[in-house]
Amino acid sequence: MLTSQFLLLGAILFCIGVYGVIARKNAVLVLMSIELILNSVNINLLAFALRNGSADGHTFALYIIAVAAAEVGVGLAMVLLIYRNRRSIGLDELSEMRG
Amino acid sequence: MTLLALSAAAWTAPVIDYHALAPEIVLAVGLTAVLLVDLFTSERNKWLLSVLTGFSLLGATLPVLTLALHDNSVRSIFDGRYVVDEFSLVMKGLFLLAGYVIVLLSSSHVEEGDYWRGEYWFLLLTSLLGMVMMASSRDLVSIFVALEFLSIPAYMLAAWRKRDLRSNEAGVKYFLLGVFASAVMLYGMSLLYGVADSTLLVDISKSIDLDGEFAAVQALAVVFVVVGFAFKVSAVPFHTWAPDTYEGAPTPVTAFLSVASKAAGFIALVVLVLTAFPEGRDVWQPFIWVLSALTMTIGNVFALRQTNLVRMIAYSSVSQGGFVLMPLAVAGGAAGEAALRAVVVYLVVYAATNLGMFGVILAVSRKTRSGDIASLGGLFSYAPALGVLLTIFLASLAGIPPLGGWIGKFAAFQALLTDATPWAYALAVIGAVNSVIAFGYYGNVMREVWMRPVPHGDNTPIVTPSSLQIALGITAIATLVLGILPGVVLNFGDMADLVGAFGG
Repeated sequence: MLTSQFLLLGAILFCIGVYGVIARKNAVLVLMSIELILNSVNINLLAFALRNGSADGHTFALYIIAVAAAEVGVGLAMVLLIYRNRRSIGLDELSEMRG
Repeated sequence: MTLLALSAAAWTAPVIDYHALAPEIVLAVGLTAVLLVDLFTSERNKWLLSVLTGFSLLGATLPVLTLALHDNSVRSIFDGRYVVDEFSLVMKGLFLLAGYVIVLLSSSHVEEGDYWRGEYWFLLLTSLLGMVMMASSRDLVSIFVALEFLSIPAYMLAAWRKRDLRSNEAGVKYFLLGVFASAVMLYGMSLLYGVADSTLLVDISKSIDLDGEFAAVQALAVVFVVVGFAFKVSAVPFHTWAPDTYEGAPTPVTAFLSVASKAAGFIALVVLVLTAFPEGRDVWQPFIWVLSALTMTIGNVFALRQTNLVRMIAYSSVSQGGFVLMPLAVAGGAAGEAALRAVVVYLVVYAATNLGMFGVILAVSRKTRSGDIASLGGLFSYAPALGVLLTIFLASLAGIPPLGGWIGKFAAFQALLTDATPWAYALAVIGAVNSVIAFGYYGNVMREVWMRPVPHGDNTPIVTPSSLQIALGITAIATLVLGILPGVVLNFGDMADLVGAFGG
């Protein structure tokens, strides 16, 4: 059935996203990887909603899209903040505190 | 029914119980007022904002009280997606009062800090509104929205000092890990929705069947959701953001994160495992068992080697989180109600004690301008009141009998012994060993306060602003009263026939 293919796509996107969060050192790329995970969630929700024939999944996906936009807004503001203060957005250089 | 058919169907407005929603409405009005008043006040009059914030929080506590006194019936709105029961009222009261104490703790800090004051109060109130909503959410969508509602302002608060590199780092680490955790949690939620065909927690609990067709999917979903909240409550191994964020963020914000934000994560976890996942207990019980044992132990071991006071408190708060998880590890069995009560009692006591701890740290650092444990040397000789208060809070955190912290630990161990399985006993032993280890670092701070000489012989007394004094008074009285009259909190647990009330 078609649903399983959507779910597979969602799972692959999720794995790429998790890999990106773990492997990337650039703050913007990490943010993009997180967006990938959120979109894999949306694909899952829509696939399930179509299979189940209910509207809950659509509603949930809409909420996720809206909240993700707010998150990216805050995230990019923070990336700008560290760029202004240290002229770099490398996450591995963020090590003021240790222990 | 397809989406098209749904959109064509007649729509009827849901019946809204405004009394049940009154705390949220008061907070929403209050935070809008703070934002507007901030626009139209001059720099000189910005102190009005902290007063307005404090009154909004106290104003929101009133409907919580009237709801609690009105009758004991459960109010369920939006088809059971938003439930006001005794459990949620106790937690709402805790969030609002903790928020009020944080306003008292931060007012002098924010006034002197020369940073964006209006926005500080606005974001604080917004985050508290999210927490109050979290206490009532009984649906995946509303839990998700409440979680982001409380987290996003908290990310910004952590990065509050825009030009301070350490505050930036605190904010970025908190943000990236927090957003990643909620994304993982959402993936788990999407799978739960897929099998249950509903986002209501009650429906999900009916659909979970670990022997059924979708057992693997559901097990994965439960683990993902628990991992998401493990980040939020900084359980080891998902705690790596906590020490850096706690150290780098402004101290009142650290108090806020380590008490209110953490409690919100815990209640969401409690609601989920007890309402939605009782049939999945074979998956989450061992998982939380391991998380709890690791969290207590690793938090303690790292706390032992810290020289910075705030960082030590950060690790101590990680380790205290392990004690809150401890009863949850057996919550699926016969000990469910005892575990729930233990979590609520521990969160209340921990909030009072830890906020007091941060109050003393804020008062002392106004003079010493240092975060080192050594800067507390001889505190008793020049500021006896603060020295005694600090000792009370440390002793309560360590769980010494006449103080509040002891009741929290007692309830947690009681839940484990109610379960009476070998695993529960093993976890109780780990917990007992850890509460002894914790004496090591709490005792070390006490030794500085009482026995060490004052650094540089600087004996000038500490001037504590009145708002800080009130905050210290509230938290000290709460810590003492909870310890001497444990019935005050243990009755909350009785009053709430909690597990029954969840279903709404």
